[in-house]
Amino acid sequence: MIDYSWLLVAIPLASAALLLLLGRRADAWGHLLGVLAAAGAFVVGLLVFLEVMGQPSEDRIHDVFLYSWIPAGDLHIDAGLRIDPLSLTFVLLITFVGTLIHIYSIGYMAHDAARRRFFAYLNLFVAAMLLLVLADSYALLFVGWEGVGLASYLLIGFWNHNLEYAVAAKKAFVMNRVGDMGLIIAMGLLFAAIGSVSFTDVDAAVTAGALSTAQVTAVGLMLLLGAVGKSAQFPLQAWLGDAMAGPTPVSALIHAATMVTAGVYLVVRSRLIFEASPTAQLVVACIGAFTLLLGAAIACAKDDIKKSLAGSTMSQIGYMVLAAGLGPIGYAFAIFHLVTHGFFKAGLFLGAGSVMHANGDSTDMRTYGALRKVMLVTWLTFGACWLAIMGVPPFSGFYSKDKIIESAFVGEGWQPWVFGGAALIGAGVTAFYMSRMFFLTFHGKARWVEAGATVAPDDPRPVRHPHESPLVMTVPIIVLAIGALGLGFALTLGNGITGWLEPVTGHYDHDAHHAVLPVPVITVTTLVLVALGIALAWRQYGMSPVPLTAPTGSALTRAARRDFYADDVNEGLVMRPGQHLTRTLVYADTAVVDGAVRGTASGAVGLGQLARKLQNGYVRSYAAMILAGVVLAGIVLHLVRM
Amino acid sequence: MTTFVAPVIDWAALSAILVIAGTGIVGVLVAAFVPASSRRTVQVVLALVAPLAALAVVAWRWSVVVGGGESTLVAGQLAEDGPALAAQAIILIFAVVGFAVMASRLPNGEEAFAPQGAAAPGSAYEEAARRAGLEQTEVFPLALLSLAGMLVFPMANDLLVMFVALEVLSLPLYVLSAMARRRRVLSHEAALKYFLLGAFSSALFLFGVALLFGFSGSISLPDLGTAAATTVGMDGMAVVGFVLVLTGLLFKVGAVPFHAWVPDVYQGAPTPVTGFMAAATKTAAFAAILRLLYVAAPGFGWDVEPVLWAVAIASMLLGTVAAIVQTDIKRTLAYSSVAHAGFALVAIVSLSEQGPSALLFYLLAYGLATVGAFAVVTLVRERDADGNVTGEATHLSQWAGLGRRHPVLAATMTLFLLSFAGIPLTAGFVGKFVAFVAAADGGAWPLVVIAVIASAAAAFFYVRIIVLMYFSRPEESERPGADAVEPGALTRASLVLCALGTLVLGVWPTPVLDLLAQAAKFVV
Repeated sequence: MIDYSWLLVAIPLASAALLLLLGRRADAWGHLLGVLAAAGAFVVGLLVFLEVMGQPSEDRIHDVFLYSWIPAGDLHIDAGLRIDPLSLTFVLLITFVGTLIHIYSIGYMAHDAARRRFFAYLNLFVAAMLLLVLADSYALLFVGWEGVGLASYLLIGFWNHNLEYAVAAKKAFVMNRVGDMGLIIAMGLLFAAIGSVSFTDVDAAVTAGALSTAQVTAVGLMLLLGAVGKSAQFPLQAWLGDAMAGPTPVSALIHAATMVTAGVYLVVRSRLIFEASPTAQLVVACIGAFTLLLGAAIACAKDDIKKSLAGSTMSQIGYMVLAAGLGPIGYAFAIFHLVTHGFFKAGLFLGAGSVMHANGDSTDMRTYGALRKVMLVTWLTFGACWLAIMGVPPFSGFYSKDKIIESAFVGEGWQPWVFGGAALIGAGVTAFYMSRMFFLTFHGKARWVEAGATVAPDDPRPVRHPHESPLVMTVPIIVLAIGALGLGFALTLGNGITGWLEPVTGHYDHDAHHAVLPVPVITVTTLVLVALGIALAWRQYGMSPVPLTAPTGSALTRAARRDFYADDVNEGLVMRPGQHLTRTLVYADTAVVDGAVRGTASGAVGLGQLARKLQNGYVRSYAAMILAGVVLAGIVLHLVRM
Repeated sequence: MTTFVAPVIDWAALSAILVIAGTGIVGVLVAAFVPASSRRTVQVVLALVAPLAALAVVAWRWSVVVGGGESTLVAGQLAEDGPALAAQAIILIFAVVGFAVMASRLPNGEEAFAPQGAAAPGSAYEEAARRAGLEQTEVFPLALLSLAGMLVFPMANDLLVMFVALEVLSLPLYVLSAMARRRRVLSHEAALKYFLLGAFSSALFLFGVALLFGFSGSISLPDLGTAAATTVGMDGMAVVGFVLVLTGLLFKVGAVPFHAWVPDVYQGAPTPVTGFMAAATKTAAFAAILRLLYVAAPGFGWDVEPVLWAVAIASMLLGTVAAIVQTDIKRTLAYSSVAHAGFALVAIVSLSEQGPSALLFYLLAYGLATVGAFAVVTLVRERDADGNVTGEATHLSQWAGLGRRHPVLAATMTLFLLSFAGIPLTAGFVGKFVAFVAAADGGAWPLVVIAVIASAAAAFFYVRIIVLMYFSRPEESERPGADAVEPGALTRASLVLCALGTLVLGVWPTPVLDLLAQAAKFVV
């Protein structure tokens, strides 16, 4: 089956092509084909997974040669797939969660005229994402990397008749390009240093010490830039909030469960490079720790349910990046948290989508409240995911996040205190903002009026008719909620996910290193902080009435509401200088290039003028030109011969 | 007195040419005898089936020839070897997609050719012919006869055969160029220019043949090489003769400074003919240049490299610079074709071993995009005040905003333009890549640097068209608005084939590159 793993990419890609090419003819059944393609990829992934599982753990890394992509002399780039525990973990996550979200989208997009196109883009995304994680070289990874960027762009701007959404799509696109530059430069550096960008060659070269420390650090930092752009980490985090303009299933699949975690994948995949450069590794951990607090603060301040979830995603990926930056101790935990997060965050987003669906597409949590009674299934499943993301035992977040917090406390000097402290505080803040969201949405008093009820004319509350979503939407959420409940525990059974990933992430002896605090102390402190966070949120949003319009709030709240002025910073630091640069370039282009063309056109000897003069339409001039050419060629040949 | 010995003719080896030439002659009879109601259908079927059949024949000959079956035919006048068959296959592919575009009609039933070629433009006779719904179905046999000449060209192992093939392929094209349905005066002017300059270059070619015959006493290419190595003195004659012959061929590929006809003819000729001509003629002429350079030139012991360098550089630069300042899409594509002649030459300037296969791949990539791009041009039409579809909207400003109104068509055009520009994952990129590598391997580094710079500059005007289609709004102007029409089934099929080929050759070029690599050996 491993030899057929190319089907993983081919099936969704073929489906996407078919849906786009057939056009409206496929409108009637296009969504079904889309679901089938995603499910088909999952089945193939499962079969490959089972085959690899049957092998001894040291034989679990396979390179599948597909074809020679650009065969020309020394510049030889092959297209091939890397099948190993890491890529297979991603394959299963992407295809499984992807299939569920495809099913959910049938209901969510039922009233959209362009549903078929939506499924085509979703399939395209799945294909590109699978190519990204299955590639056996940075070059092919980059193709997938650009592919998911393209799919993300198309899907954020799916409702591009709304100018704001189109702008959001463009913003995500541009900020991702900044990150891509990093990836391209990293590839260039690798190519210059060792003449290859395949994982096998790069790993061998790094292990053999073929690269100087400066080179490795440069490559590492450039890879990190790519990762930061894709995973919405500081300082390229601002696009994620705006990306919420896309349909909610897109937010769940691309901007929560899969694409935004590609940066974590890249860091773990390039772990040898980061291990060879402690500087780069430290930068990774710092960025992770900082973003996890930044994202959490943003999530606390937003009243838009999706933007709050987006802040939460930043924060949770911050945890993963932090874990990946801790070195061998953290890789497996980073991936572990990535998998459990993929489930509960997708569940939260789909739940949010269900709530929005019931409330006339409003995303303002201040107009929700007391929805528990009308949306029982959504309440229960959202609750399970809520408990999971806070890390309440025995929900899955507890197993994965607790491990990261523990690992952050391992080390010497200032680092365990800073990283561990950040992770610990982050857990408390996570509990606060998630409980705030949960209570604002499902508990408290209804801040809406049931349609048909008699209301006072000056009642500011919006008229709504909330209702539970259809089965096609709730069943995927239920499946994800079950994952949020049990997956964490299931993945620790036996050797668990850490043992499964060991061929890729390397062996790490956890008994040989100790945290600066005893483990039970860390766990208990975490749980106490979580409980505090919940209690605080309950006091403020569960028990007391919530105003329909947000109070002014403290300076911190106001800053967090505006994403800590990320847009202003970007505008000031990047956009304005960028515009100046382009304007200067345009000016230079007009003055110098066009001027040169115009100058030559008006001058006597310029090429443009010459060309125009030569092309005067007279056959006799053309013939003369040919004759002149012949004479010149004859003279040249004659001279050369002598 | 020498006795005449009848040459042994291996008919099997000639079968592809015979199929095409035979069908062309049958087509002439069809035009004369088949009733008007079914005439056009029969012609179209013949014109599409014949190249496909010939393609099958070439595939069969390929299996015979590659792996040691190369041979010369008809007393050494023709050569059947890998490069010849590969070039023939590529030309036939262009013929299939090109003829399909030629045979298409607009949704209102209008075809690309004048209803009555003999009628003077704007005359009452022409109007009567148009009203009567006459159609000049002779275009198909003409195209087939031209194709027959193109198939002989890569095989020609002898200067006289080469000359005859040159004329056979050229004469029908002169006529076809004059047949545009709209803007007929422009079309006539183009055809006359093409004819006069073609005759001029043929004369140069023939004069060169005479000089070379005088020099070596033979007109066969291998003999020429051998004689050049042993003949002392008379070098002046050889140099002039060689340059003249080369000129005749470079004229056909449209390389600077023998390119002057290209923009005028490409603009004036009926667009489907332009597409076919730009792709297939260039390929045939390059195949002939290949044989001249790889079989005869080495024997002369002097270096033709400087001449080729100069022509390649001049073509790339002039083609690019001139294309930037054009405002007509057909002229832009014409200058781009001049630039591409330069890029293609880069592959073979150093006569390196990979040269032939790199050149052939380049031509395949370029030709698919060319036929496709001109097919798109046939679909973008002006409308008059009543909304009736009129002539092609060739002014670039009329293409503004096409991407909004016709996303699929614009995307297809974008693909072809990206391939021209040599953007990765299109055939054009792989083509440029292998061509430049072939030159670099032959040591022509400076030329490769110039070529890379020129292709970067050339990308500018391709991207400009893309930007125009997607990001510009149509401006108010005195020109009538433009809109695309629905492609006919044949044009649609042709576009799909060209687009698929461009993509597949960009993503997975290896099988074709491997095939062409087997075709690198010339029979002597």
